[in-house]
Amino acid sequence: MSKHRIKLTVNGSPQEHEIESRTHLADFLRHELGLTGTHIGCEHGVCGACTVLVDGASARACLMLAVQANGRSIETIEGVAAPDGALHPIQAALADHHGLQCGYCTPGVVMTLIELQRETGRRQLDEPEVRRALSGNLCRCTGYQGIVDAALALFGSKT
Amino acid sequence: MKPAPFTYHCPETLGEALELLARLENVRVLAGGQSLMPMLNLRLVAPDHLVDLGRIEELVGIEQTADGLALGAMTTQRAIERSALVRERCPLLSEAIEHVGHQQTRNRGTIGGSLCHLDPAAELPLVAAALDATLVAVSKSGQRRIRFADFPAGYLTSQLRHDEIVTRVEFPALRAGTGWAFVELARRPADFAIAAAAALLTVDSADTIRDARIAVGGLGPAPLRIAAAEQALIGQKYRDGLLASAGAAVAACPAEGDALYPSDYRRELAGVMAKRALEKAAGRARSAAYV
Repeated sequence: MSKHRIKLTVNGSPQEHEIESRTHLADFLRHELGLTGTHIGCEHGVCGACTVLVDGASARACLMLAVQANGRSIETIEGVAAPDGALHPIQAALADHHGLQCGYCTPGVVMTLIELQRETGRRQLDEPEVRRALSGNLCRCTGYQGIVDAALALFGSKT
Repeated sequence: MKPAPFTYHCPETLGEALELLARLENVRVLAGGQSLMPMLNLRLVAPDHLVDLGRIEELVGIEQTADGLALGAMTTQRAIERSALVRERCPLLSEAIEHVGHQQTRNRGTIGGSLCHLDPAAELPLVAAALDATLVAVSKSGQRRIRFADFPAGYLTSQLRHDEIVTRVEFPALRAGTGWAFVELARRPADFAIAAAAALLTVDSADTIRDARIAVGGLGPAPLRIAAAEQALIGQKYRDGLLASAGAAVAACPAEGDALYPSDYRRELAGVMAKRALEKAAGRARSAAYV
């Protein structure tokens, strides 16, 4: 077993911690930093609940060791809303379109949609593109329709 | 579950990584981690040492070569998906990569990792089999080139030695007049395929099939070229119903069954996937041949 000192940025704030080599990024965020918005569902890369952004690219936080985040910039759901608590447009759209019920998968869904929005910019997306982007996030409540509606309301063509 | 304790190593050069592999016992090499991390979390593997290749920049990159395309083993699936050079030089790889995992796993998963993990239903090994890719494996004592056909040694097992690292994957360019296609069937998008097929078909201006390659995945421990199906096509004049005979040759191959999909179903489905891939490849080849 080895221990490592890591320096990284989480939601814009610099962090320095000593961690065990086997600690994965999701446990580091939750247990060391108290950022419990990143949820752990399956812990083997299937459900997408722990999705965070690593240097802007979405990743399963359970499939990455915290030590691998050394020197990286991590974004989690805690950094998404405005400092005054105003919801991010993606969060507001999910609320408006019944895109969540129990909320367990929602942080992962939001992080995935933020990546999608940044990558596609102002280009309008169609439903298959949105569904493909969301295919890595499992939701047991909504049947996905509300989530897809929210995404299309924001970056789709209204037909 | 959480991984069992291990010592983590993060070499910054290939030389350092090879030194570690030569020296340490019970080591696993960590590429993108999208297969190894689940196995660690589930304690299906419990190495004493993990050697992470993630900071070795010389293992990343996509370059055009005299006769095709070469990819550094640590090139991510996402980089392949976005590469215009891959689309131009190796369109079969571009078509297949769409089916690999989800965007969150493609952002980290690598081509070298996928080929060395050798999941029986994975797309990238199937593409490597169809295109007759070559892997470059390096150890402290030297380097060797391995044809992908010789690479699998069994279920989830390659013939790579414990002190070797795959550094580079080379795909030969397609001959003029060659059509390509990759098709698979999975219960949901991005699930592991029940059966998948990759086809390459070279058709000349007289509509004669000059070359055919058909590889299928999901039937056994590793993807396989099906010589009987290829031989049913090579030298034949293209006609309706010809491709169905190749599909039938694929469906005659033995397949392993499991609790969800019995072997007869998998065989039948592999035949259908092969026929669909051939039809799509034939369409592309025949439109290219008449340009």
